[in-house]
Amino acid sequence: MPFKIIASQCTSCSACEPECPNVAIREKGGTFVIDPKKCTECLGHFDEPQCVAVCPVDNTCVIDTSLPRYQAPA
Amino acid sequence: MDVSAQHDASSGNLAEVGEIMQAIAEHKGCGTTGGSGKASCGSQAGQGDLPTEIWEKVKNHPCYSEEAHHHYARMHVAVAPACNIQCNYCNRKYDCANESRPGVVSEKLTPEQAAKKVLAVASTIPQMTVLGIAGPGDPLANPEKTFKTFELIYNTAPDIKLCLSTNGLMLPDHVDTIAKYNVDHVTITINMVDPEIGAKIYPWIFYKHKRYTGYEAAKILTDRQLQGLEMLTERGILCKVNSVMIPGINDQHLVEVNRAVKSRGAFLHNIMPLISAPEHGTVFGLNGQRGPSAQELKALQDSCEGEMNMMRHCRQCRADAVGLLGEDRSAEFTTDKIMAMEVKYDAETRKAYQEKVEEERIAKVAAKQEELAELAGTSSDIKVLVAVATKGSGLINEHFGHAKEFQVYELSTAGAKFVGHRRVDLYCQGGYGEEDSLETIIRAINDCHAVFVAKIGGCPKGDLIKAGIEPVDQYAHEFIEKSAIAWFKAYLDKVNSGEIEHVERGDAAIRQGALISAA
Repeated sequence: MPFKIIASQCTSCSACEPECPNVAIREKGGTFVIDPKKCTECLGHFDEPQCVAVCPVDNTCVIDTSLPRYQAPA
Repeated sequence: MDVSAQHDASSGNLAEVGEIMQAIAEHKGCGTTGGSGKASCGSQAGQGDLPTEIWEKVKNHPCYSEEAHHHYARMHVAVAPACNIQCNYCNRKYDCANESRPGVVSEKLTPEQAAKKVLAVASTIPQMTVLGIAGPGDPLANPEKTFKTFELIYNTAPDIKLCLSTNGLMLPDHVDTIAKYNVDHVTITINMVDPEIGAKIYPWIFYKHKRYTGYEAAKILTDRQLQGLEMLTERGILCKVNSVMIPGINDQHLVEVNRAVKSRGAFLHNIMPLISAPEHGTVFGLNGQRGPSAQELKALQDSCEGEMNMMRHCRQCRADAVGLLGEDRSAEFTTDKIMAMEVKYDAETRKAYQEKVEEERIAKVAAKQEELAELAGTSSDIKVLVAVATKGSGLINEHFGHAKEFQVYELSTAGAKFVGHRRVDLYCQGGYGEEDSLETIIRAINDCHAVFVAKIGGCPKGDLIKAGIEPVDQYAHEFIEKSAIAWFKAYLDKVNSGEIEHVERGDAAIRQGALISAA
């Protein structure tokens, strides 16, 4: 399951965009969105998901439970 | 040992003023010299004891020179939305057009839009001499946008001074770039030098791809801030330090902060009151953390003034403010309006206008000197505060009912010294006076003996007199300091002749809520 951004809580501060190691985050309609195809939950890059760590509003970058967890390539 | 760290955050009260004074008495780096004797760019008209090269840099900067802020305007461009730390007094989600405080903007700009806005404002307001990037996040958490904006302005309008306000976390990494774009003024917000205290102010920081919390976070932050400050002052870049005074958390500790930043070369210290209304939704607002009273703030500022210049005219403005301090003309320069504007940058007209302003400033200083000479030979220990309604230019030129804020001067036989300002709700709206607003004003200037205005109606006049504050309109459209000194001389004469009795005034409230726009 990749991460998603809860749009109603996003302040559109853009802090997450440059931190994403997969360039999966972009601005869309005034807030920011994560491309689920690109998100790797930061596995292999960092100890903690960067969008979660930098976001000023708690519980705004969350796991998208509607999608399967990210699988690192074997 | 640290007194502040053991201090219970919920027990803040007026008795703390005494504790602060005690803490100061034990603190050598920041001695008091009788309150009014210290020359300071934060309180005096002239160069005072500032080295000439610093005076040259600050004399036309409204945020750095109290005297200049009557004449010159600044603007902030909101190109830096991202932040890398969380502060308990900040909530980035709240944005309202009527809200005037740091961290808040109505719209973000790209560097290109920002550069055009700067030129548009500079052409409309010739006294606009300073462009700052102060957020709404942290400029150095958005280094590309921040430095692109500086580059564009540096290339098109080199006479505009550039400045930057940062939390300092990323400062050491960017000092060389700051020097490259000729940014000669940097403000660092330093609320503590003790991580134990920092942990109560900063829940977390984001540094090198990791979120740090608690003591560890505050330790990294303070180390980086002080390192950045040292690196800047080594390069001759002017540094001001902002501190938010949070009663019960860092109020006594700020004396130690003052000593730490002074020893590292900061030239001006701006201690600001905490803004913590519950409706702002900040951690401090929601947990009932109060801000300081006017008396508590002044006591702390006075005590730090001994060896360091203190700034007292800060308006804690928005990250997209435009105009003289205390006014905000940002609504005239929205992105839509600017992009439609045909902008021609006219350096010559700006220069001519600014030369005229310089003449005004010299006349004002001369008038004050004259009046001061009159006061020579009078000796008295009496010190009183007076409030002044002004629209700028150093004149008493605002109607009582139209004033959005009052400037407060401390009068003594040493002269008139600017010691702060008080925001008030608009008392007069649409021509009708509102009694509730009048009460707010009286609370805000309750520590003053008199209020100087260009004009005042009969009703508020009566209520002010009842509250023990003398309304003074006889100096309408005259210089503030000259008039205040003349009034003070007459006051002393009346006290000496026994006509009136000098009584001390009480404390005053610092306004917390949103600034209601005059438009």
